[in-house]
Amino acid sequence: MTRYVIRRLLWAVVLFLAVTLVTFVIFYLIPVDPARAAAGKAASPAEIKVVAHRLYLDRPIYMQYVHFVDRLLHGDLGYSYSSRQHINDVIRQAAPITASLVIGGAILWMLIAIPIGVFSALKPRSLADRTAMIFVLAGISVHPVWLALVASYLFGYVPTTGSFLGIIHFPAFDLFPIQGYCSLSGAAPGEICGGPYDWAKHLILPWTTFAIGYAAFYVRLIRANTIEVLNEDFVRTARAKGVKPSMVIRSHVLRNAMLPVVTAFGMDIALAMAGAVLTELVFGLPGLGYTAIHSLFQFDYPVTLGVVVFASFVVIIANLAVDLLYAWIDPRIRLS
Amino acid sequence: MALLDVHDLKTSFKTDDGIVGAVDGISFSVEKGETLAIVGESGCGKSVTCMTIMGLLPRQNTISSGEALLNGKDLLKMGAEELRRVRGQDVAMIFQDPMTSLNPVHTIGRQLREAVLVHEKVPKARANGRALEMMKAVGIPRADTRLDDYPHQFSGGMRQRVMIAMALINNPDLLIADEPTTALDVTTQAQILRLMKNLQRDFGSAIIMVTHDLGVVAEVADHVLVMYAGRVAEQGSARDVFFRPSHPYTWGLLGSLPRLTGEDSELHPIPGTPPSLLNPPPGCRFNLRCPHVMDVCRREQPPLVPFDGNPEHLVACHLDEDMRKRTAEELSAMMMAQIS
Repeated sequence: MTRYVIRRLLWAVVLFLAVTLVTFVIFYLIPVDPARAAAGKAASPAEIKVVAHRLYLDRPIYMQYVHFVDRLLHGDLGYSYSSRQHINDVIRQAAPITASLVIGGAILWMLIAIPIGVFSALKPRSLADRTAMIFVLAGISVHPVWLALVASYLFGYVPTTGSFLGIIHFPAFDLFPIQGYCSLSGAAPGEICGGPYDWAKHLILPWTTFAIGYAAFYVRLIRANTIEVLNEDFVRTARAKGVKPSMVIRSHVLRNAMLPVVTAFGMDIALAMAGAVLTELVFGLPGLGYTAIHSLFQFDYPVTLGVVVFASFVVIIANLAVDLLYAWIDPRIRLS
Repeated sequence: MALLDVHDLKTSFKTDDGIVGAVDGISFSVEKGETLAIVGESGCGKSVTCMTIMGLLPRQNTISSGEALLNGKDLLKMGAEELRRVRGQDVAMIFQDPMTSLNPVHTIGRQLREAVLVHEKVPKARANGRALEMMKAVGIPRADTRLDDYPHQFSGGMRQRVMIAMALINNPDLLIADEPTTALDVTTQAQILRLMKNLQRDFGSAIIMVTHDLGVVAEVADHVLVMYAGRVAEQGSARDVFFRPSHPYTWGLLGSLPRLTGEDSELHPIPGTPPSLLNPPPGCRFNLRCPHVMDVCRREQPPLVPFDGNPEHLVACHLDEDMRKRTAEELSAMMMAQIS
């Protein structure tokens, strides 16, 4: 087990270095002169040269990369060209928002998917199963941006204006905000809202729209896995031993059925960070995806690079955690 | 009263193509401590018979009728909970493939313990003690260190030993073994059979041994039930079936055994394949493959009647009894020649 962990950790380090290298090269290839962008519109060629020197941009690319990795190892992501803000601070502000969205969304999608998936597997072809499968089809087919816009219209805009399509009118009331984010820990100076209640209220629509696609996909995955495991010989053995049906499901079926789900979950959490970009944009949540997109449009590439590096770091850690979790629930992995 | 009395058992499955009559009216009984072997080709209904008795078939698409009295109580009429209590306690079962019959994510110890704890409220340590005892009884080396191991750390033969330990841990009256040696190599087969015989002596359980291997039957069986296409072809004591075989199908089975002696070293398989049970042929179900087939075989189902006045030896065949007696004697002489 220890050797497995060490090997996995070393792989994580290699992977991280590879990701930084690839992203660095990609940004180097973008045909924009970063020194010009950093120096501002009114800068003279001489000033641009000074800036380029200060930003290490006049060195060869491998020196630039070494410099970048060196800073990275000291936990320093550099400064934004446009706002002059330290990128560590930018990420520190944005990361909790994305984390709230992704973790909350992931919990929600599993809470929806596990019971529906298992129930559908236990009663295949029943009315409940068919209904669940329709939900799955709809959930997978619907585009998250469309869903987000419709949800924010129906549950955000319509109640607060008291008018549905301008046809039906009713007294306005406050249901969910259409846009924005409130921090979980409470309102900081200059913010209008904060605390768990405001936080959750602002996130319910993003969570839901974010979770539905994944939930649908996971219902299908869990259903298929559970049906497969139900037909396994060891389930028959358990029943032949006289194990109660509920215990057969809990102790013998679920754990085995969840093995592939855990793997998929680990990978999807990573993909979900990318998916979160759309949700963040529609609901105006200034998270990592939102920050990355905005910095990209401003050619503020240290910020984009910082977000990408940070995100890949998180993804690698998440995958590592999933692998270790997998080894814990599947003894066959532990020893081989 | 016999330990298990099965009477006119019928099991059929609803499929998309129609109803498949997998078992069509078989009767047998098993006495305490004795071994009954159910023999036949793949798909003849041997496993379905056992699964029906155990109540392990999916209820939605299975229809069964008849009765299966275990100590006088009908297993087929029991509710789900009552049947659950019987399973693993009074009747236990082991399966063909030990590689897949154990849960890969639980330790052997936990799976053995579970078999005790689902039927008895005993402290975990007691259950563990019983598990260890059984591991030793089935001959697993260094049993005390192996309880915390997982199934994948055991070989096929060792896993089948674990399955046997798990089945016998509650000292059941009846053990149903569904081809327990089929998936094992020949030396391991012999070990497992010997183990089962020894344990039967120690624990006094009756055994229903499902197999297509006549060698296994000769090794362990007191009584034999030869099944063909969901029906009984021949049943009786192992002696009768081996030395006075009286059904052309049994002859075929015995004739297709590999022989170590004699100039005729070729195998004689039964030609053809078993009929579809979706649309079984009328009359005797063996008529399509029987070398002695007559017109009556294609029209009428032969009744299962005593052979040569022996009420214990039942055969379903239209053939003339004298002719069958002669063939039985010839075959018997051949078998004797081989043994001596």
